[in-house]
Amino acid sequence: MEPGEIHALLGENGAGKSTLMNVLYGLYQPDEGEILVDGKPLKLKGPSDAIAAGIGMVHQHFMLVPVFTVAENVMLGAEQVKGGFTGFLDRRRARREVAEVSERYNLRVDPDAVIEDLPVGIQQRVEIVKALTRDVDLLILDEPTAVLTPQETEELLTVMRSLKEAGKSIVFITHKLGEVKAIADRITVIRRGKTVGTAEPSASRDELAALMVGRSVRLTVDKKPAQPGKPILEVAGLVVDDDRQVRAVDGIDLTVHAGEVLGIAGVQGNGQTELIEAIMGLRPVLAGSVTLDGQAVHGWSTKKVLRAGVGYVPEDRSVDGLVKEFSVAENLVLDIYDQPPFGKGLSLKPDAIAKSAKERVEQFDIRTSSADAAVGTLSGGNQQKVIVARELSRPLKLFIAAQPTRGVDVGSIEFIHSRVIRERDIGTAVMVVSSELDEVIGLADRIAVMYRGRIIGVVGPDTPREEIGLLMAGITPDTATTTADGPGNEDEA
Amino acid sequence: MTNPNPVSGSPDKEPATEAQETRSEARATPSAPAGDTERAVPATATKQPPTEGPRPTLGRLFLDNLWAANTVTVTVLAVLLAMLVGAVLIIVSDPEVLATYGYITARPADALNASWTVVSEAYANLFKGAIFDPDAVGFTAAMGPISETLTYTAPLVFTGLAVALAFRGGLFNIGAQGQATIGVILSAVAGFALPLPPGVHLLVALIAGALGGALWGFIPGILKARTGAHEVINTIMLNYVAVYFLSWIIVQSGVQNPNRSDAISKPVESSAQLPRLLGSDLRVHAGILVAVLATWFIAWLLNRSTLGFELRAVGENPDAARTAGISVTKTYVLVMVISGLLAGLGGSNMVLGSTANALTPLVIAQIGFDGILVALLGRVKPWGVLLAALLFGALQAGGNRMQSYSGISLELVTVLQALIVIFIAAPAMVKAIFQLRAARAARLQTSLAKGW
Repeated sequence: MEPGEIHALLGENGAGKSTLMNVLYGLYQPDEGEILVDGKPLKLKGPSDAIAAGIGMVHQHFMLVPVFTVAENVMLGAEQVKGGFTGFLDRRRARREVAEVSERYNLRVDPDAVIEDLPVGIQQRVEIVKALTRDVDLLILDEPTAVLTPQETEELLTVMRSLKEAGKSIVFITHKLGEVKAIADRITVIRRGKTVGTAEPSASRDELAALMVGRSVRLTVDKKPAQPGKPILEVAGLVVDDDRQVRAVDGIDLTVHAGEVLGIAGVQGNGQTELIEAIMGLRPVLAGSVTLDGQAVHGWSTKKVLRAGVGYVPEDRSVDGLVKEFSVAENLVLDIYDQPPFGKGLSLKPDAIAKSAKERVEQFDIRTSSADAAVGTLSGGNQQKVIVARELSRPLKLFIAAQPTRGVDVGSIEFIHSRVIRERDIGTAVMVVSSELDEVIGLADRIAVMYRGRIIGVVGPDTPREEIGLLMAGITPDTATTTADGPGNEDEA
Repeated sequence: MTNPNPVSGSPDKEPATEAQETRSEARATPSAPAGDTERAVPATATKQPPTEGPRPTLGRLFLDNLWAANTVTVTVLAVLLAMLVGAVLIIVSDPEVLATYGYITARPADALNASWTVVSEAYANLFKGAIFDPDAVGFTAAMGPISETLTYTAPLVFTGLAVALAFRGGLFNIGAQGQATIGVILSAVAGFALPLPPGVHLLVALIAGALGGALWGFIPGILKARTGAHEVINTIMLNYVAVYFLSWIIVQSGVQNPNRSDAISKPVESSAQLPRLLGSDLRVHAGILVAVLATWFIAWLLNRSTLGFELRAVGENPDAARTAGISVTKTYVLVMVISGLLAGLGGSNMVLGSTANALTPLVIAQIGFDGILVALLGRVKPWGVLLAALLFGALQAGGNRMQSYSGISLELVTVLQALIVIFIAAPAMVKAIFQLRAARAARLQTSLAKGW
């Protein structure tokens, strides 16, 4: 890192960018290796050491007290007192500091505004001011544009330029190529915890995208060519908001046919989660329709959707997929406990549940000491197999698997993949959402790439990885084999 | 751009197996500062990736710790420890015994003898009052202590079950007191205002009490489900409403006993009273049978019914329950209704049984709050609750005798009850809080590390 340099750290989700920066900021301890500042190795025991060494960080999720004013937040953790032991907070000085810093770096903030009244972009600015008042030389911005509107992003870039002129160094973490090219002096690409390359901002988007997505041996999944039947799932004009009431799915049309696997590729956070949750009745549909086998299902309860013949493997198994304290057997009937033969009226049939559990454990090769063991004691792969076993043990029209092999060992990955393909071959419509491009390419018969809440392209599985990678980064080549809807990359400068 | 074989054009010769190994772990790369262009030395991450699930709630951890301590030994030890502390309190609170300690260096035997006498006598009376008096002559006298114990046990079973059931559904029902209060009011009013034949009258009075409690549970339940309002605050507030409503309604005409000037209602008709089990001289009544029945039913409901499955799933992991198609909001309401219903029945027991036959401001004593202790002591499991209620009932019954025979204040029994619960529940609580701290610290780091 040179003084007055903006260094972009580019990488896919889970590539290790944030972890690296957390080590730099003293939140994590490195297991090996060392950090050099001005040529001297640095031991960071916590954020305060980092601040003392001149490193400041603006987290993706702001660390501000909502009911405090800007000045109060800025002085938080470094409160100045006057009047000796009486300990009156020196608010005037804090206000003055905020005003000074705002002035110097052209960061307009009102020191007396209360944080919760401020828009996100300004809150972020407060975070930057907070770091600057601590006299940092190196500022880490963790995914700063994720929460900003395009205009706010533009303003942030301006701020970053003026900080650079003032001699501050900035580490800019992102996975957005456009911003990187617009601002960075140097680019380091990280993938799976390793630096895979550095580039100058003059490098083409293609090169960057290729570096970021990476190329590795394709996971081989034995499968025959698909024999698509009639359309099972039809989504038209779907609009869904995320938890923050920000548009996450912005008018999606897609169709999944019986006997085919539709893969949804895309960098995480581009609306895949919300799309699936809306189909499952877990999230309100604001506009558009979801049709299952000719029947409109939007607005249905999750239970009704499940009963209509939809199997669902949620992306976060430990939060949404399993009740860890429940036994394997109980988890195997988590969404069919009230259906015969497991439940009748008000009563459960423990014998039927135990019998079915024994069969499933065998069929799906779930490694557990017994079907009565708490599911939380199983390994990740076996936990995932419990979910897959549960969902594939009843007749399905549609099977949705979100990140079906995340955090799963290689053996289980193969097993789960073969089960997904087997389900396709018996005529079920299958939808696989994964941020692992290998997985999508291996399983899918058609690949839809999601970008910013839209489907930016639908391509065949033989499409080169580079092309899909570009689509994931929001770049539509003119030669795209099939197009879904609009390009949606208008603000990628 | 059209590369038919993605492998061949790859500058990155990472073997697939390595890629897969690293896939699941977000590895920390403690390399030199970010600008370093060399490949970072990969380090094995000691911190496990944050796959370990939904953040544990305090309630969840508490429950785990409570169950982890679920051995008879622990309970027996807690009781013994509580009695030990109680012994000290007995000694300290007796001025005569305390006086002997003034010359303990001169004649230590005096102090020890006096202490032994007062403590052993107190606990002997506790035992005689609660379980069996060897000096008793005749059936009534022999069965007296058991009868008293069971009389005190019955309402505690209901309120204990109420709190335990809510806990299993992921809710802290602090409102058993209020629910029992509404239950006792409706039961009493049904008991003296409705001219019904025996049997039917009792049934109606019990149902009235249950419905009253259910209503008082429904309110915080629906508020939680619809608006997310926290049930702890709402149940506490509703406790006050119920208690003051009781004080108000007692003195209204039509409710107040016309022959009395103090705050007491008309007496419940004998046709609405729970029949006594062992003759009219012994207070034990059919309430204890209903309590055992209720325990059995709740045990069945929790472990053998679809509703119980939903309830436990929601209590353990509401997200997974929702994803599996279980309506979390509906379950919350149902849990609170059933919980309130049980507490309401506990209230009914206080006026339809032999404890009292008319409403007074203190008619239900502390059964709602004691129910929380009973539920914790019973490890929020139905049969555990029954046993815990028995212990509390025995302490209550024995305490009465201890007070009248040994002159030791009844409050000491309350202290003993509290100590027992503290010795059992507090370690679980303390552990839970510490584990939660650790979990929270880990989570903080996780959320920082997760990024996107």
